[in-house]
Amino acid sequence: MLEERIGEWRSYVLRRQEITTADVDELEDHLRNQVSDLQEAGLDGEEAFLIGVKRLGELDALSREFAREYSERLWKRLVVAEAAGSGAAWSPEARVALGLAVAAAVAIKLPGLFGLNLTDGTLASQSFYIRNLSLFVLPFLAGFFAWKRGLDSAGLLRLAAPFIAGALAVNLLPFTPMGNTEVLAALHLPIALWLAVGVGYAGGAWRSHDQRMNYVRFTGEWFIYFVLIALGGGVLMGFTMFVFGAIGLDAESLLNSWILPCGAAGAVVIAGWLVEAKQSVIENMAPVLTLLFTPLFTLMLVAFLVTMVWTGSGIDVEREVLIGFDLLLVLVVGLLLYTISARDPRAEPGFFDVLQLVLVICALLVDAMALWAILMRISAFGFTPNRVAALGENLILVVNLSWSAVLYARLLGKRSGFAPLERWQTAYLPVYAIWAWIVVVIFPLAFRFQ
Amino acid sequence: MDIGKDLVAASATPLVLAILSEGESYGYAIIKRVDELSGGKLQWTDGMLYPLLHRLERNGLVKARWGRSESGRRRKYYELSEEGSEELTNQQRQWQVVEDTLRGTPFWFSKLAPQGI
Repeated sequence: MLEERIGEWRSYVLRRQEITTADVDELEDHLRNQVSDLQEAGLDGEEAFLIGVKRLGELDALSREFAREYSERLWKRLVVAEAAGSGAAWSPEARVALGLAVAAAVAIKLPGLFGLNLTDGTLASQSFYIRNLSLFVLPFLAGFFAWKRGLDSAGLLRLAAPFIAGALAVNLLPFTPMGNTEVLAALHLPIALWLAVGVGYAGGAWRSHDQRMNYVRFTGEWFIYFVLIALGGGVLMGFTMFVFGAIGLDAESLLNSWILPCGAAGAVVIAGWLVEAKQSVIENMAPVLTLLFTPLFTLMLVAFLVTMVWTGSGIDVEREVLIGFDLLLVLVVGLLLYTISARDPRAEPGFFDVLQLVLVICALLVDAMALWAILMRISAFGFTPNRVAALGENLILVVNLSWSAVLYARLLGKRSGFAPLERWQTAYLPVYAIWAWIVVVIFPLAFRFQ
Repeated sequence: MDIGKDLVAASATPLVLAILSEGESYGYAIIKRVDELSGGKLQWTDGMLYPLLHRLERNGLVKARWGRSESGRRRKYYELSEEGSEELTNQQRQWQVVEDTLRGTPFWFSKLAPQGI
């Protein structure tokens, strides 16, 4: 009874951001002393508890006092080490993550033992590394999730399968070194494997739409953390070059062949762990950035369309145009995805949903024009692996955006809720994986490894 | 008789430092000691002691450590530091000045004779 009340009181107090677990431990010790003293004086547990809590003071006033002493607590902090008092030991999770990061850093240099160096510039090494880069890094991130989610052996096998398949595909197929199909496979294997990591992230429950959406959120945050770590790493390398340069030593080759690849490989795992550790602590950044940039991109696209109609100029079909428009669509899908991931599914449709619809429609219009121009070009000059890949991607993204536009229109017309939009995006994720695998495995065969 | 909020706040630091100068202690025991010394007249809101103790710890006046109570629960103990005892002497001098000044005025109860308590 008393224990129950104290437990409730604890969780009630802990809801205050200014008061930490250690503070509550201290207050609880006080409360228990008070209660047992009052009980000795003849009160029953309930009364003693009530008086004890009252004597501790109003929670509002108390948390105000704590906030005055610890104003920094209002800036949420990422707790890497465990709570103070139990010793600043590294949590097991931190140790596993660090171990895996080191393992990834070592793995990326291992081929050096067989004469394949990342930076020696020979065709054989280059071709080997671009094909295998993701295979040296992503299995460790997947391993982290396998450990964290406690996958059983069947789950582990299912998680490992795509990595093994990927390794076999890119290493057994007789690619022309640095040929088109090889570069395409190198670009698409990371996408395929990243989605495979998602199976580990979901703890094997990759069919669950909620888990898929969580993985989308994870991906956005991971990317931001990775970029931040990379920026820090860049500063570190710049200063390393500078200080060693000052004593007449050139550290550049050391940095390029060791620090950069090992650091980047380790950062992939570390960023994943940080996102896991902080997800409940800090506001997600990806949706915030989306919120900032959705209106700006919409404006840009509208301005572009208006200008094009006004001046009557068509799209110039250059070599890179198709890829450029693919990237534009990827960006719009990204904005859409992260807006959807952060939107309260129960909220009424509002201004931002209208904006999204405008953004999607503009992107589709712009893309349709680009696509038309490109199809003309292909019918004149024939197919190449690059054109087919770019075209396929365009098609996949256009299908996604078109149906999203329909769903947004329905949402705004109040003919359906928000859930179908969310489900459409999560249901579509395997399409990207399938396409990536097609490019990795089928393309080389279809285009004879050119 | 209720003691005003400002006076309670002003006297809290010297009181806590002085109690800790008797030896290591913890929150609840400090409150009980205040109660005992003032004969129950000086009432604190118990919870408020902790932010104060943490402030003293941050300023290096007290040292804190986590230990165990007799029943084995986690308990935070506080101890006066070197700087803390210096601060205590310092505070003592300041309070002495206030007391001496008040002593010279009709404020001091002996001089408020007829209307006195």
